[in-house]
Amino acid sequence: MTPRIELRTSPHVVKGASVETIMFNVVLALLPIAAFSVWQYGLSALASLITVVLACIGSERLFNKLSGQHNTLSDWSATITGLLLALSLPPAFPLWMGVVAGFAAIALGKALFGGIGFNVMNPALVGRAFVQAAFPVAITTWIPAFSPQRFSEFAPTTFTTPLMQPPDISVWAKQALDGFTGATPLARWKFENVLATPMDFISGSVTASAGETSAILILLCGAYLAVRKFMDWRIPVAILGSAALTAQVFQMIDPARYPDPLFVLLSGGIMLGAVFMASDMATSPVTPKGVWIYGALIGVLTVMIRYFGGLTEGVMYAILIGNALAPLIDQVTQPKVFGQVKGKKA
Amino acid sequence: MAIPGQKQRSNVEELLEGIWKQNPVFVMVLGMCPVLAVSVSAVNALSMGLATTFVLVASTLLVSALRNVIPKEVRIATYILIIATFVTVVDYLIQAISLAVYDALGAFIQLIVVNCIILGRAEAHASKNPPLKSVINALGMGAGFTIGLLALGSVREILGAGKLFGIALFGPEFQPWVVMVLPPGGFFVLGAWLLLFNWLNIRKAKPAAIQSAEARA
Amino acid sequence: MSEAASLQPATPSAAMIRTLGIVATVCGILIVTAYQGTLEPVAANKKLALERAVFKVIPGASSVREFVAGSGGIEPAGAVVPQGAVKFYAAYDAVGALKGVAAEGAAKGYADTVRVLYAYDTAKQAITGLGVVSMRETPGIGDKIITDAAFLKNFVALDATLAADMKSLAHAIKTVKHGSKQNAWEIDAIAGATVTSKAVGKGINESAQKLLPLLVPHLDKLQGGK
Repeated sequence: MTPRIELRTSPHVVKGASVETIMFNVVLALLPIAAFSVWQYGLSALASLITVVLACIGSERLFNKLSGQHNTLSDWSATITGLLLALSLPPAFPLWMGVVAGFAAIALGKALFGGIGFNVMNPALVGRAFVQAAFPVAITTWIPAFSPQRFSEFAPTTFTTPLMQPPDISVWAKQALDGFTGATPLARWKFENVLATPMDFISGSVTASAGETSAILILLCGAYLAVRKFMDWRIPVAILGSAALTAQVFQMIDPARYPDPLFVLLSGGIMLGAVFMASDMATSPVTPKGVWIYGALIGVLTVMIRYFGGLTEGVMYAILIGNALAPLIDQVTQPKVFGQVKGKKA
Repeated sequence: MAIPGQKQRSNVEELLEGIWKQNPVFVMVLGMCPVLAVSVSAVNALSMGLATTFVLVASTLLVSALRNVIPKEVRIATYILIIATFVTVVDYLIQAISLAVYDALGAFIQLIVVNCIILGRAEAHASKNPPLKSVINALGMGAGFTIGLLALGSVREILGAGKLFGIALFGPEFQPWVVMVLPPGGFFVLGAWLLLFNWLNIRKAKPAAIQSAEARA
Repeated sequence: MSEAASLQPATPSAAMIRTLGIVATVCGILIVTAYQGTLEPVAANKKLALERAVFKVIPGASSVREFVAGSGGIEPAGAVVPQGAVKFYAAYDAVGALKGVAAEGAAKGYADTVRVLYAYDTAKQAITGLGVVSMRETPGIGDKIITDAAFLKNFVALDATLAADMKSLAHAIKTVKHGSKQNAWEIDAIAGATVTSKAVGKGINESAQKLLPLLVPHLDKLQGGK
């Protein structure tokens, strides 16, 4: 990571991709999702995305300076944190809270542990968990997708005065889109027993966080990263597979009470979490067996929290728990090499 | 009781020891149970700090006055007896002063008895020093503990409720940071203060280190 | 250390016992003095706190008396509540007429036990007021039970009529999902704070199921207090 490496011109030596290349490609893969969310939610989502990313970059710069580390902005990791965080927040999240979330993500999730590569948990999720605990009402205030005026006006919550409560938007939201209930599909299932159809999810006309409605887009972007080997494809497959399996088991036990696996996979943030958050290299296990265990654990936990927890969505905490357990999983799944001198192969 | 070769500390140094150099919260990180639990508001923090200071000073005075007649074999039992007595006294006093504060502090008043700062001071300082010195040292420690609690309590109350000592600072529209009055908030704020304290200490130590390095060169 | 210890003469047992004894005596005197000295202000504080709480749920009352309702009827409360009996407070207005009865209920909430004080109107046979004694619910969510106007409306006239056999409530008081209240004995939960709302309902129900069968047959004893 000395400047000398950055000065190198192509052709590159055939070696593992550098941190910068991987990170840059993750940013590329996230851009279509961000663009879709702006198209869906309009100006508010755009403002939120820009603000949160800038907050993350600013915090990263600040901690670089304070800790006397070299500038780590060029590795794109702060940008990724900002994008993921903004995509996991409600589209009309007040901007000042977005700044708090961005700062908490970098400060608590990353700088505290020593910067990139040393963090134990995904910084974006740490930031989200912080604002979830700090502002439980604002983080469950949603705006309707595809409202006609989305490109001509901001949601009233976006420009809330810093430190002040966001205004009540239920009246505004009903005007913006007729019949808007303000509850996510998961909340509607949990509290009203109303199931959204797969078609709702595919068209993206559901109430949700900025970047979690477009399941197909997320899968496509994830596939790009997996094909170019910038991401371990086994992690999302393990998470989605185990979540679907768990959901299937529950549905077989009581079909009236528990939804079908497709609903579980399409609703909430499980797609975004599985593809982009849980697969973060620094916070997931490295052993082949460990990766499967890690993914399966997150999938099961997500469904368990959704079905039996007090919250409607469990992906965030499931991944954070998985992150925390990753070093332990690595330790117990070290491949054993029989009959060979240690360090020769393996 | 001065140990040869060690300079007798002045009274000011004794007082400052607890407030800055050996601050129980920020440097020794002692008594974390009440620090984290009752620092949700400045009033609670201040009451807890003052109650602990009272017990600290009173028990130090008694232990120091009796230090030559307490046999070594039963000293811990005696200290605990003395500390427990003053905790009981302060328990009744707080009930008489304000039931609201008493309810807010809850079991943590009785738990002052197991606050390691107090037994630590009795064992490490009061049992070896004359009453005046011990009381001054205890006052410093109590003040340091109170300052530590207040530092946490005010930040948590300002962010968690938009108030300081119950007075609203930002008007009715303020958005409380709920996490600050929950247990995680206690850890966040304590961590932030420890970070600041250590950072200041490192900065203070750095120029000195550079100077001494230059002097050697 | 061990060398130094062996050089010192051993402390005689008598000295140890003497020291501990003297210290214990001094401490004992201190504690008793503090207890006696604060007895009156503490009692005054407690009375004030109780009156403030009861007057809040029973507006218009000007004095409070404590009673216990047991199998043997109603008696003024002593220091200990007998087995199987329930403590309650009777509130009277300025001329001494019974304004209402208040009692405590408690149930496990989201974070810790939620303790509430509810008012029971003897004429309406209904619960007519709710106050919170103590709780540690999530600020901004669970603590809406103090502030949420729609939730407090549940306790304007929450039905608490006794069944014909006078052994239990005609309809158990219970908390229902937000927006699905249909009967006068149901409590409409706060959306998003269901656990805390349920704790309130459960606390009141358990307390009322126990207290009211013991209390209602002896209501005449409460009249003309003071």
